[in-house]
Amino acid sequence: MSAAGARPIVEARGLTRTYSANGVPLRAVDGVDLAVEAGETVSVMGPSGCGKSTLLHLLGGLERPDAGEIVLDGRRVDRLSETAWSVVRRRTIGFVFQSFNLVDELTALENVELPALLVGASGRRARRRAVELLEQLDVADRRHHLPDRLSGGERQRVALARALINDPLLILADEPTGNLDSRATGEILRLFADLRSSGQSLLVVTHDARVASTADRLLSMRDGAVVGHTHLGGVSPVGSVLAGLADFGDAEGAR
Amino acid sequence: MRDPILALLAKEPAHGYEVRQRLVQALGPPGEGLNPGQVYVTLGRLEKAGLVAVEQVGQSSHPDRKVYDLTAAGRERVAEWLGDLSWPKVTPTDFHLKLVAATAAGLADPVALIDAQRHELLRQLREVQEVTLAQPPDSHGGLLLEGAALRLQADIRWLEVCEQRWLEWSTR
Repeated sequence: MSAAGARPIVEARGLTRTYSANGVPLRAVDGVDLAVEAGETVSVMGPSGCGKSTLLHLLGGLERPDAGEIVLDGRRVDRLSETAWSVVRRRTIGFVFQSFNLVDELTALENVELPALLVGASGRRARRRAVELLEQLDVADRRHHLPDRLSGGERQRVALARALINDPLLILADEPTGNLDSRATGEILRLFADLRSSGQSLLVVTHDARVASTADRLLSMRDGAVVGHTHLGGVSPVGSVLAGLADFGDAEGAR
Repeated sequence: MRDPILALLAKEPAHGYEVRQRLVQALGPPGEGLNPGQVYVTLGRLEKAGLVAVEQVGQSSHPDRKVYDLTAAGRERVAEWLGDLSWPKVTPTDFHLKLVAATAAGLADPVALIDAQRHELLRQLREVQEVTLAQPPDSHGGLLLEGAALRLQADIRWLEVCEQRWLEWSTR
């Protein structure tokens, strides 16, 4: 967590987004305040339809709020034009989605390079950095494959490399393990842990308790509003769960 | 069984058979196999421990003329139990009875109890995962931890279902 007084990477105040469902206005996101500090991982949990994905889209500028404000790296962004927002977004935010959203016609390596080329990096520099990231994420040997030749876990690692290529201030991840099996989920969690220890800020929207529990802070959403807020770090007040795993059914002196 | 029975008395004093009825009702089918004597034995122990007080009512010929009520110490014990998050020492059955008893007696908001318990399980899951990540990926010990993580996930999902259901009930 950042030092006291440091400004948050992203801060939202009174964020609201209303959809119209059969002529009835539905507040998908209803007056949400939140902040992600530098180096912090925040997870957002809630039942499907609670507005958590919409919240992530608003923070990343993929959708526009009806009310409220978003300050990204000290700069008010919710009123930017589409073009200006997309420039800011490419440079400061990396997205990771449940369905990976890789370009099917491009190889893994080309997918990772793309965002760097879009912000004007040279081809050589983009390639060098892309290979570096694919190596870090342990998928470099698959770099010349098209996405449909990759497993789900490999695709998500490629997508994560793509999200990281412009050294984003913030990673926004929407159900990043939603399409992965248990082992691949474990791999992604391991990578998230590495990212956290390297100081990366992350906001993860998920209904997967394993993913949510790795965060520093957990926000619970219901009906578009944040209804709970917990710090997950530190020692549990009720003691270690591990002790229970070394508990034998016939332990002498038990009970 | 002592804590759930104490908590079921928090709403109002009751005869032993009423306590048993409340318990069976809250448990559903699993409660049908409950031995009636167990409730009375437990009530007797709670009385000895000073957690419930007994009042004799009605005719002495009536077989169940005792009415049980919580003492101050009993009330204190109930409040303590409601706040005890030490899963799995507090079993799913205990937790379910907590929600039923606390709501009936107006002692706590069930959704707040669920939230607190869910956060504790997430904290435990985090602990298990941190240890797992520090292990070599394919060790024997890792498999035991994976079992613990899966059980916690199942319990967390159940608490999410509890939350949904109690929210529906409270707005009805």
